[in-house]
This record gives sequence, structure tokens and C-alpha cells, in this order.
Amino acid sequence: MSFNRRQFIVAGVSATAGATMGVLPSVAFAASDLSQEAISTFTGGVEPGEGKITLTAPEIAENGNTVPIEISVDSPMTDDDYVAEVMLLADGNPAPGLATLKFSPMSGSAQASTRIRLAKTQDVIAVAKMSDGSVFMTTKSVKVTIGGCGG
Amino acid sequence: MAKIKPRVKVPKTASAGDVITIKTLIKHKMESGQRKDKEGKVIPRKIINHFKVDFAGKTVFEAQIQPGTSANPFLSFSVKVQESGEFHFTWTDDDGSVYEAKKSIAVS
Repeated sequence: MSFNRRQFIVAGVSATAGATMGVLPSVAFAASDLSQEAISTFTGGVEPGEGKITLTAPEIAENGNTVPIEISVDSPMTDDDYVAEVMLLADGNPAPGLATLKFSPMSGSAQASTRIRLAKTQDVIAVAKMSDGSVFMTTKSVKVTIGGCGG
Repeated sequence: MAKIKPRVKVPKTASAGDVITIKTLIKHKMESGQRKDKEGKVIPRKIINHFKVDFAGKTVFEAQIQPGTSANPFLSFSVKVQESGEFHFTWTDDDGSVYEAKKSIAVS
């Protein structure tokens, strides 16, 4: 198969778009080594499932110094079935760790919001660990206009 | 550095079984340990690394905070209240200082 220049560019662009947007992104696909490591330490090797967890973040963050994010996990939050911990990671930060939130059955609902720093345009990852040991994960990409990690 | 001052917002009243939202913010620079000063030396890390909320002797919510959290860390979360009592908030700094706040709620 031979491409002329135009076709080649179009193919290249759509391939890149496919890779970044990902119609069905494999969750672990884009994660850097550092955050990959943090995730496996957190989960203890359990393969994270999809769903249950919602991560709300702005699509475009003008100021990377304070990016408001909100997580909520679908759970009855009873004594035997609740969300134990949620880990938040910024994949593209020099140190990916954002915060780990520990919930209890007294939380009523597993939702929390905070403000984070993002060094550049990247994926924010949220991993939730349930009381029964199952793990769920979600990512959300945030475009950052001005980075927020000094420098 | 500016005085480190926690701010907490808890509803004054609630009915038993309600899920209330608590908002907390503490004024803190959260020096990430990534920044450099004018001479190019790294400014040492100094952040709030731990946050805990107790109610009636039980830990309701806890957060392990890492450098990726913004300056003046803000956290909001929910709590299901069954009885009146006092929330006890504790922030722990990298240098070992502890900042505290208390807020009570009347549950009917």
C-alpha cells in the first residue's frame, strides 16, 4: 500500500487521535511507570475493573495550580459494603501522587472533592478500593493551560 | 509564612440519618519540593500530609495528602449523622506540627 502525502497526514492524525482519546481505552494503557507502580501497590495486584467510580474534572483547566476535582463512587456505604479508599493520581506530574482518601461506613456516601495541581495536560486517575477488596478505576484527561508545579 | 489557619464548614443542625457535607480548608503553602529558589536550590518539601476527621471517637474520614494537592488544601466530603456530637479535625504537617479544629452539630 502506498500513501501520498495528504493521505499519510490524515492517517497519522487519526491514529494519534485514536490513541489519545481511545474509543475503548484499556485503563492501564497510558499510565506512566510511576503511577503504574503506585496503582499496583495500592491495589495489591488486583486487576481494576471499570465503572462504579465517577471522576469529575474540568476539561480545560486554565490554571494548573488549583484544579477542582470531584470523585464519587457508587456504593451503598453500609457496614459490610463500603468504599474503603480512593487514590487519586496525576499521571503526568513529576510526582503523580495527589491524595488517598479513606472513607468509612459513617461517610453515608462515597463522594469527596478537592483541588489539585497539574503540571501539564494529562490524565487524572482515580482508583477505588472497596471493603471486599475489589478495585475500580477511572481516568479523565484534563487540558492544562498554565502548569502548576513550579519551574 | 502566613499563619496556618484551618477553616471548617459543618451544618449547625441536621436530622438523624441525614448525609451532610462538610467542607474544610486550611491555609498552607504546600511547598511541593519541586520548586527552586532564585539560586536554583530546591525548596524543601513542606506540606500537610495527613488529615483526619473524628466523630464520637470514631474516624469518619481520613486523607493521605501528597504534593499534588494544591496550596490551601480544600477537602469536602460527606458524613451520615445519627446523633449530636462534635467533629474533631486534625491536620498534620511535614514538620510534625498538628493543626486542629472542632465543630459541633445538633442532630434532631
